[in-house]
This record gives sequence, C-alpha cells and structure tokens, in this order.
Amino acid sequence: MALDSKIPAGPLADKWTNYKNKVKLVNPANKRKLEIIVVGTGLAGASAAATLAELGYKVKSFCFQDSPRRAHSIAAQGGINAAKNYKNDGDSVYRLFYDTVKGGDFRSREANVHRLAEVSVNIIDQCVAQGVPFAREYGGLLDNRSFGGAQVSRTFYARGQTGQQLLLGAYQALERQIGLGNVKQYSRHEMLDLVVIDGKARGIIARDLVTGELERHFGHAVLLCTGGYGNVFFLSTNAMGSNVTAAWKAYKKGAYFANPCYTQIHPTCIPVSGDYQSKLTLMSESLRNDGRVWVPKTQADAQAIREGRKKPTDIAEGDRDYYLERKYPSFGNLAPRDISSRSAKEACDDGRGVGKTGLAVYLDFADAIKRLGRDVIEARYGNLFEMYHHITNEDPYEVPMRIYPAVHYTMGGIWVDYELMTSVPGLYALGEANFSDHGANRLGASALMQGLADGYFVIPYTIGSYLSGEIFTQAIPTDHPAFEEAEKNVRDRISTLLSINGKRSVDDFHKELGKIMWDHCGMARNAEGLTKARTMIRELRDEFWKDVKVTGTADSFNPDLEKAARVADFLELGELMVLDALNRNESCGGHFRTEYQTEDGEAQRNDEQYTYVAAWQFNGLDNDPTMHKEELIYENVQLAVRSYK
Amino acid sequence: MNFKLRIWRQADSKSNGKLVEYSISDVNPDMSFLEMMDVLNDRLVKEGQEPVAFDHDCREGICGMCSMYINGRAHGPMKLSTTCQLYMRNFEDGETITIEPFRSAAFPVIKDLSVDRTAFDRIIAAGGYVGVSTGQAQDANAIPIEKHHADMAMDAAACIGCGACVAACKNSSAMLFVSAKVSHLALLPQGQAERKTRVLNMVEQMDEEGFGSCTNTYACEAECPKGISVTNIARLNREYIKASFSGD
Ligand SMILES: Cc1cc2nc3c(=O)[nH]c(=O)nc-3n(C[C@H](O)[C@H](O)[C@H](O)COP(=O)(O)OP(=O)(O)OC[C@H]3O[C@@H](n4cnc5c(N)ncnc54)[C@H](O)[C@@H]3O)c2cc1C
Ligand code: SF4
Ligand code: FES
Repeated sequence: MALDSKIPAGPLADKWTNYKNKVKLVNPANKRKLEIIVVGTGLAGASAAATLAELGYKVKSFCFQDSPRRAHSIAAQGGINAAKNYKNDGDSVYRLFYDTVKGGDFRSREANVHRLAEVSVNIIDQCVAQGVPFAREYGGLLDNRSFGGAQVSRTFYARGQTGQQLLLGAYQALERQIGLGNVKQYSRHEMLDLVVIDGKARGIIARDLVTGELERHFGHAVLLCTGGYGNVFFLSTNAMGSNVTAAWKAYKKGAYFANPCYTQIHPTCIPVSGDYQSKLTLMSESLRNDGRVWVPKTQADAQAIREGRKKPTDIAEGDRDYYLERKYPSFGNLAPRDISSRSAKEACDDGRGVGKTGLAVYLDFADAIKRLGRDVIEARYGNLFEMYHHITNEDPYEVPMRIYPAVHYTMGGIWVDYELMTSVPGLYALGEANFSDHGANRLGASALMQGLADGYFVIPYTIGSYLSGEIFTQAIPTDHPAFEEAEKNVRDRISTLLSINGKRSVDDFHKELGKIMWDHCGMARNAEGLTKARTMIRELRDEFWKDVKVTGTADSFNPDLEKAARVADFLELGELMVLDALNRNESCGGHFRTEYQTEDGEAQRNDEQYTYVAAWQFNGLDNDPTMHKEELIYENVQLAVRSYK
Repeated sequence: MNFKLRIWRQADSKSNGKLVEYSISDVNPDMSFLEMMDVLNDRLVKEGQEPVAFDHDCREGICGMCSMYINGRAHGPMKLSTTCQLYMRNFEDGETITIEPFRSAAFPVIKDLSVDRTAFDRIIAAGGYVGVSTGQAQDANAIPIEKHHADMAMDAAACIGCGACVAACKNSSAMLFVSAKVSHLALLPQGQAERKTRVLNMVEQMDEEGFGSCTNTYACEAECPKGISVTNIARLNREYIKASFSGD
C-alpha cells in the first residue's frame, strides 16, 4: 500500500481551515448510531472520548488503571506550550511551528506541526473554562515561563503539576459524559487485540483485569490513545504500567509503525542506585538554569569519589571538568536535552563518572548559592531539592546533586496521516502513541499540547471524513468469526504464558531486555552494536517463551500475567527499534549513530537520503518487516544545522 | 536491613483474608517500599507462589494508585507522603511491618492489597466538573482570577484521589475528597453556574456509595499525602447548607 499522508493542498497557514471547511459531516441522528472505541484515558484519550460524546457519538472508553484519572499524563510536571503571545514578546503561531520543526531536527511533517501550533491557543481557552487552575500573576491574568528550545515565554503551568491539572480537566469532562450516559467507561480493562473485518478496524478484544474474562467490543472506529513505549528499556521516567501492547497488536494487524528508534533521553534524572531499582525520577530541566554540571578531570579522582575516599568538595576547582561549559560555551549548562545527555554518557564512559556506580555526574549549586544566597535558590527550587533529598537521602544544599540521563519519551509510534488515521481504515492513533508531530526530538512542554490538540480539536473533525461513509454500517455482532478468532488468539497466548512454568521471572527478562536496549540502542548507537543487539533480543525472546514463570490463573486478578503479556510484546518491539536504528544511517535528534558525527562529535544529519519517515509493515515475526517511506517535503522552512557552540 | 512482614492476603472479594508472615533480608535502605515489595514478589514467583497483588503506577506520588495501610496508617509512617514515596530507611532494622489494604465498605477488596475505588469516579460523574463542552470557551484571559483565589483553588485541586482520607477515618467518610473538588470549583468564577447542583449531587452520590459521615476527628487531614486541609470540609458544609436552603 502506498503511504498517503492526505496533507491538504494550499498555503501552510490555510490548510487546516480549508480542511475543516470541506470535511464531510455526520448529522446528529446518525452520530447516535455510530459507536467509537477509545483506548486510553490520558490527555489524548480522555479529551477525545469526552469531545466525541459531546458531539453525540456513542463512546466506549478503556484504561488499565483503576480510574481514568490515573493515566500516565498525570505525572507531567513542567507545562504546556501555546502561541498565545500574552507576554507580547514576539510569539506567534508561526514561531511555535518553527521552533517545533527545528527542535525535531527537521524530521516532522510541516502541515501537522502548523495545525498543532494553530490549535494550541484553543487548548488553553478550553482548559481555563473547565477550571484548570493555571498559575496567575497578581493582576489575575495567566502567567508563563520559558522552556528549552524557545526564546519566548509561552509555557503555561500549574505549579509542578501541569499534567495532573490538565488531565483532571479532561477526566472531569469525561466523567460528565459518563454521568450523562454518553460514554461507557471500562477501567481495569486491557485491550489485547484489534479486530479487523474486511480491512477495516471493527473492534477490540479486552481483558477485564479483575475477573480475567475476555470481552469483545464492536466499534465503527477504534482510537488508540495508549501512550509511549519507553518502558521497553525497563528503567524510564514512565509509569510502571506504560506499555506498547495496544500499539503493537495494531502493528501486527496491519498498522504501520513509524520511526520506532526515535527515543528521547532526558539529561537530568536521579541516577540508578541499585539493581532493585524499578523506575527513574525526573528532576526538572529548569535546574540547569543555576546548576553547573561537572565531573573530575582525572579518572583517579573519580575513582576516589566512587570508593568514598574523597568527597566532591575535596576536588579543587582546577581539577573539575565543567564539560558542557567547555564544549558549548554559548549555551553552556543549558545545551539541549540530546546533547547534554550524550555528554554525560561520554564522561562516564571515560571512567570519570561519580556516585557508587560511576554512572552519574554532578549538578552543583554551590556557586549559585554563593552568588544568590540560599534563600533565592530555595525559593526557585525548594520543592525539587526536597524531593531529591527525600529520594537520595543527600542534601543538595550541602553536596552537589548526582544526575544521569534516563529514557523519557518516544517520538516514534503508529504511523498516521493528516487525519490521524493509521494505515488500517477506521483505526486512529492519538497522543504519544502516534509518531506525528515531534520529528526526531520533542521539545519540552509540547507533548501535553499534542495530546490535547489531537483529542479536543483534531479528531472531532477528521473522524467525520471516515464515519460519514459508515452511517449505513450496522453494528457487527461480536460472534462474527473475526471476533472469535481474535479472542481465541488472545486466549491461547495467555494459556501459553501460564503453562511454560519456567525458572525466570518476568522482571528478569524485562531487565535483561532493558539492558540490551540501553547499551546498544540508547544514547549512542552504531551498526556493530545494533546488529549484535538484534541477535541478543531474538535469543532472549526464545528463552522467554521457554523459561518464563508466570504464576496465578487466567480467570482472576493477576498482575504477574498482565506484566508477562506486556513484556512479551516489548521483546518484539525491541527488535524493530534496532532495525529502524540500523536503517537510519545518520544522526538526528534522539537518534545518534556514532559513525555519523562531525569531527568535534556533533550529530550529522543526512538530509539528502533520510528526510523521510520510516513506516514499518509487519510480515510475521520470522520475516523482516517492509519499510515504506514517506518523504518529508519542506516548503516553508529551510533545513539547517543545529549548532549550540 | 531485615524485616518481618505481615501482609494481608485475600484471594478475591468473596473470600476471607488473613495476615500472612514473610521475612525479608538484605534490604537496601535506599530501596523504596514498593521496590522492597517487588523483591519479595520476585522471590515468591521463583518459589512458585502467587505474588502479593498491590496497586501502583507512577511511583512518584501523583497518580493516586498506590494504597497500602502500613502499621495502622494509610500510606505508612511518613507525613505528606504516598506509599510509593516511602523508603526502607524510614523503618527500623528488624521491625515487623504490617501491611493491609485501605479498608472501607465503599472500597471492596479486589485481591490482597488492591481495592475498588470506583465510587470516587461516580461521585465526580455526579457533578465534579464545569459543564463546558469543547469549543465553547472564550479567550482564557477574559476571566481574570485573583491570584489568592487561584492559589487556593490549586491547593484543593492537588487531591490525587487516593482514598487515604477514607481509610484513615473511623467512619470511612469521604468528606475530605469530596470537599476538595467542591472547593476547587466553588472558588473559581468558572464553577459558579453549577455551584448549587454540584454540591447537592456530589453529596447525594457520596451517601449512596456507603461512605460514613464526618464527625470532625481530622484523621483524614493527618494522613492526606497532599496536605488537603479540613477547612475544605467546612466550606463543603457551608456550600451544602446554602444550596439546600436556597429558594430556587
Ligand atoms: C515524568 C514525566 C514528565 C513529563 N512532563 C511533561 C511536561 O512537562 N510537558 C509535556 O508536554 N510533556 C511532558 N511529559 C510527556 C507527557 O506527559 C506524555 O507524553 C503524555 O502525557 C502522553 O499522553 P497520552 O494521552 O498520549 O498517553 P498516557 O497519558 O500515557 O495514557 C495512556 C492511556 O492508555 C491506556 N492504555 C495503554 N495501553 C492500554 C491497553 N492495552 N488497554 C487499555 N488501556 C491502555 C492507559 O491506561 C492510559 O489511560 C512528561 C512525561 C513524563 C514521564
Ligand atoms: S483528600 Fe487527600 S487522602 Fe483524600 S483522596 Fe485526596 S489526596 Fe487522597
Ligand atoms: S504509585 Fe502513583 S501515587 Fe503512588
């Protein structure tokens, strides 16, 4: 199948308006007859489900947590971008568009990003109307802060809990529709397969996680709003339950998976403290405004610190390497995420890392405290310092923080066209689950924007284009053979998992996979490592199906089984990520191939050959997937080299 | 560090449960409480026993999913902290730690330490929102809000819906949770149109779910991981009385 991105014709700034003027509508009487399945209740899913129900569609909403309010979006801290220009500092829709395309290292679709920037202003209006308590100035108007990759203040925030407040707004809108009977909510339900009939998405198989019962649900359309797959690395800043299963089942039923290798690794996270570690905690990027990043100049000093013979304060000023300031004098400690992360890794690979494990660098506030006083630092970062102290039992006012990069966000995801429809008609992907707007690197505060844009303002229009052709389609009874077969496959997979009765726990396998991914498909990749990783993943997958031990039964509440099924899919996804990383013989954004760097170690893009989206089609596990290219056409911005020297 | 754990094991909502003893050794003091539970579970799996079921997701104190009643306290011994934010160094070496689910008639046990808190969702569905559909909003800065009011609304909106307030209360009252949402919206101009119906409907749903009544013991405030203040309960009471006795 050829990839048709369905980008509307016309000038960039008019595309979305023209599209909305022409898109087919569904009349209210017909909407009532059309059923939509929304999987996921994060910002993307909750906003989509609520809005579609308000329009009159019959909606079923699913999440695996015990309440839609607990989707992983709840954990976002920093803020959400919008081109409101309330600060009068020169912001505009075009600038937000341009910053996002540049931040993505020129690997995203112009038309999508422009639409995102356009609707960003409506998002803020909608959220305020819902009662989202954004931060305000004394005059009562909305406050903004600055974020990485931009020279204007366009980030709206609600203390350090922006994601929570935005999600509660969407959740409350969703609960309102549930109360009105327009949405039926299925919490503690996990989608375990997609049902495709005559080439169209027609429903899902879901497991009731409390009873273990498998259920069949029909829908005229299915929306996947199931988040990112960063947990393929085992350790990440994602919530424990975040997983790829829904997207992966869709991939295996014909939806293309785009740019799976684009992963964002965030530079400032609390380092791993031991092999029992279950997840990593993000420390806000804002700390780099006042903190200075360093490691000892010599391996000997670093070793002395690791062994506890020296303290960081024992290292004289002249014996410290403030490597970001040294390498990037004009951006210094505020170098972008991908570059800062890679530099930290280089320092540690060089044997100069600190902390017991040697996998940490210092983020030091001593100078700032001397210059500004402890009070100022406390006012700026008090809650973050407290959180750090609480987790590590070290006081960052006295000793420098230890930080290390961690997996944070996945730019890759299910391929979608301009209408957010996947390569399977009737199947859509929204939010972090799709690949669409962030290219090879996401800017801070744009994921929340994208999730809400997709759910509140894009899908309610674009879905009409498809559903207007479905008004004569009767609900398909769920005893249809396609439902039977999908359910049988799920049932068989579950009973296989339970019957292996091997010796290793699911976590054992997950940790091993995470290590392979981190070592070979993490911050720096090369052909040799990736090729090796592919073999290792295959072997690990084989071993998993021979030696995993899953306890409990299929027909009961069984978190061990849930985890096993998710890890089984991660073991397949990992191989695709490696393949995609091998294919892309260039460095761009979050994808750094060591073979492709400039003389001074910077990423080297290859625009001539790789200005495209790699969309992979599944051909069975034993065969290589087929790659479809969507060429990215830049009509409005000029491709440029990102430099931060 | 070494610990003796007494953990509530219950197969499902219909079975009876009981406390079962486990010992765990070589615990790193820097482990989080839930990581200690992971280690225990990994061992149980390898021994062929069923691991202990418990709810958790973000492990950062924000999703409200984790919910353990530890040594007689909802979310354990630390103030202003969720279960997932506890570290083993917060406990004494050699200590016996008793771990139970959040208990309330309105929160039936699903298995072991997992309980069903969907009653909270139904209370929100009864009125915990501003009835504005997508696309109906005016410009965000058209509604200035006094900073002090906005901050108070944010304080109340910080509730994570964990249910510790219910578990801590001898009457299983959900007043702190309900009052947090009522306050958040009553403090903002956007919440005014539905101010009366909201509080009446939410309180009615709360009663229907089987939560007990509030006798002002303030146990809820003491255990709330987000520091939601009981002044919100006073506001809820005022809002409720005003709404009940108003003419329209
Ligand atoms: C610590 C942290 C901080 C962040 N801070 C920011 C920030 O400040 N600004 C910003 O813009 N972005 C931030 N991000 C990124 C942003 O939070 C996420 O990208 C975004 O919230 C994803 O939203 P979503 O709706 O796509 O998915 P999610 O919120 O992840 O929701 C996924 C939903 O899908 C459901 N689901 C998944 N699989 C299944 C299945 N098989 N069956 C049923 N249901 C399923 C889940 O239950 C859940 O409801 C942050 C991310 C992290 C990890
Ligand atoms: S009021 Fe506090 S204890 Fe109760 S649900 Fe909210 S956060 Fe939890
Ligand atoms: S796991 Fe999210 S609050 Fe504890």
